[in-house]
Amino acid sequence: MAARTAPLDLLALDSLLSQEEIAMRDLVRRLVDQQVRPHVARWFEDGRTPTRDLAKQFGAVGLLGMHLQGYGCAGASAVSYGLACMELEAGDSGSRSLVSVQGSLAMYGIWAYGSEAQKQRWLPDMAVGDAIGCFGLTEPDHGSDPASMKTRAERNGDGWVLRGTKMWITNAPVADVAVVWARTDDGVRGFVVPMDSEGVTANEIHHKLSLRASSTGEIVLDEVRLPGDALLPEARGLKAPLSCLTEARYGIAWGALGAARDCLDTAIAYACEREQFGRPIAGFQLTQAKLADMAVELQKGFLLALHLGRLADSVGLRPEQVSIAKLNNVREALAIARQCRTILGANGISLEYPVLRHANNLESVLTYEGTSEIHQLVIGQELTGVSAFT
Amino acid sequence: MKIVVLVKQVPDSGAERNLRSDDSTVDRDSANNVINEMDEYAIEEALKLREAHGGEVTILTMGPERAAESIRKALSMGPDKAVHVLDDALHGSCALATSKVLAAALKTLEPDLVIAGAESTDARGQVLPHMLAERLGAAALTGARKLTVDGATLTIERQTEEGYEVVTASTPAVVSVWDTINEPRYPSFKGIMEAKKKPVQTLSLGDLGIDAGEVGFGGASTAVVEHARRPPRQGGTRVNDDGEGGVKLVEFLVSEKFV
Ligand SMILES: Cc1cc2nc3c(=O)[nH]c(=O)nc-3n(C[C@H](O)[C@H](O)[C@H](O)COP(=O)(O)OP(=O)(O)OC[C@H]3O[C@@H](n4cnc5c(N)ncnc54)[C@H](O)[C@@H]3O)c2cc1C
Repeated sequence: MAARTAPLDLLALDSLLSQEEIAMRDLVRRLVDQQVRPHVARWFEDGRTPTRDLAKQFGAVGLLGMHLQGYGCAGASAVSYGLACMELEAGDSGSRSLVSVQGSLAMYGIWAYGSEAQKQRWLPDMAVGDAIGCFGLTEPDHGSDPASMKTRAERNGDGWVLRGTKMWITNAPVADVAVVWARTDDGVRGFVVPMDSEGVTANEIHHKLSLRASSTGEIVLDEVRLPGDALLPEARGLKAPLSCLTEARYGIAWGALGAARDCLDTAIAYACEREQFGRPIAGFQLTQAKLADMAVELQKGFLLALHLGRLADSVGLRPEQVSIAKLNNVREALAIARQCRTILGANGISLEYPVLRHANNLESVLTYEGTSEIHQLVIGQELTGVSAFT
Repeated sequence: MKIVVLVKQVPDSGAERNLRSDDSTVDRDSANNVINEMDEYAIEEALKLREAHGGEVTILTMGPERAAESIRKALSMGPDKAVHVLDDALHGSCALATSKVLAAALKTLEPDLVIAGAESTDARGQVLPHMLAERLGAAALTGARKLTVDGATLTIERQTEEGYEVVTASTPAVVSVWDTINEPRYPSFKGIMEAKKKPVQTLSLGDLGIDAGEVGFGGASTAVVEHARRPPRQGGTRVNDDGEGGVKLVEFLVSEKFV
């Protein structure tokens, strides 16, 4: 067999990256190869992940809040952040979720809308992984439609009282601090809630078939009394949490490609080794058609993500632009993962190979941070000027 | 403390490596060129010493233009600056000539301590640290698996095949380290961004007062006469257990120094 070309090398995509971007990508690739890949199948099978240890390791290289400026954050470019997400998710969507939630949701929320004291208190600790953050927007009865959330925060003298339940909150069971969104007389506001506050309980959600190498939980807020300075002063209305989501979705658009790339690499290697009917299955035209189509989609997704990254680093991003990339790249990544699964035959359903683990993870990724349908509605509204949400 | 770490760019030892057919030097064009693995441990040791005792860490590399990539990578782990000895005439230099050049560069830097990897994965000679110590009139503390610094006194545990020896000397010294000495840190994103701004001084043979004839193929004390690829692996030895199988296995392990 002649030499093989890796899918993302077909278009020489590295030529679009700077030395620094490649150095950062290679660093995360190495970290994932050494610290995530050897263990992740076991984490997934056991449904238990050493989130704190991982956060410390990620923090040590500067992965947590890497695209933010100041407060111990690395201040890297959006493209570098995207490449990091891609490498992380090539390991597992759970590792990328940790970095997304910590950096783009919890830290970004405090960084963009917090008081100076809140930033000083939390960001440096979160950047090194000494403090773990989570982000509570979704509720049991309000997912795609957070505007109708039930969690309430009421004035109580100088302080606040929070009541409600947040559901499907990544890292809630291990977090030190939550950025919680609640309805007030003054619209939706954000609060920085230490998880050891009286009245806060976090329950692990068990029986997941997806993102098993990531902790997910429910946060019960039972008459939680918070001081006045727990309020994020600059966050007013739903557009504040939505802006955090835009940050995270950007990273997910890159991340999903990592999972897809890992599946495709695995499928190609497998197809070249596995023999049926007296020859490697890579030699069958049907297999090659699958591989070629997947490689094409993967590269298109990369170009889309990179385009977004360059926009983010120059003029900034509009939410609907991020919707395009999140919708496309997660949808295509999931299709690639499932298609790769077929190439591995029975081995495709085993945890010995990463493929079905990635496919299962991507089911969550398809749903969180705005379902595909919601992103279609965002794009549809942009195209037509008509809102179809309700 | 002024520490200089020697860093060599080598072809990735995990991939296929070749010698050039025209001049028998290492083929760098077809290779993925990386920092010599053992040198990362040397960098880590230097950074730990800087953290504990203060001072400055300088990377010193002799190598072609593209070795600059490895210098940036090394700097992204945390050293302060670098010196790159770069001269076309150096191509084909033997170990003796290399030590002459590096010693001349080290004299301009006046370090208290030079740390190097015990060997490079391409040549695996293990001679350079000794040659440098000799040329600099410094102590040679080679093959360390542990290094402690107490003022000007350096103590190493020298790793041997059977165990270790404790060797003590005072600065200035050349210490070479094995990969048992520490666990090198990852670079950080900040480190990668800062590495771009760190000073890298380029020195030519002229800057070091060395004549081109003393180095390169012309000045080489050794020459590669012939080279061939290692023959493919043979079938290995098979031990049939006719009651003595265990003994034979242990004898083999002892002969290979595994036990
Ligand atoms: C593993 C995991 C981790 C998560 N982590 C977090 C977290 O850290 N923080 C957080 O706040 N949330 C988190 N979530 C929650 C996630 O954001 C929500 O699940 C998501 O927003 C969808 O909400 P829902 O599950 O209530 O589905 P629903 O909103 O009930 O949607 C169900 C279906 O109806 C469709 N639908 C809804 N409305 C419309 C409409 N108007 N038009 C067409 N179709 C519609 C949806 O697209 C979907 O297909 C997480 C979820 C998972 C699975």
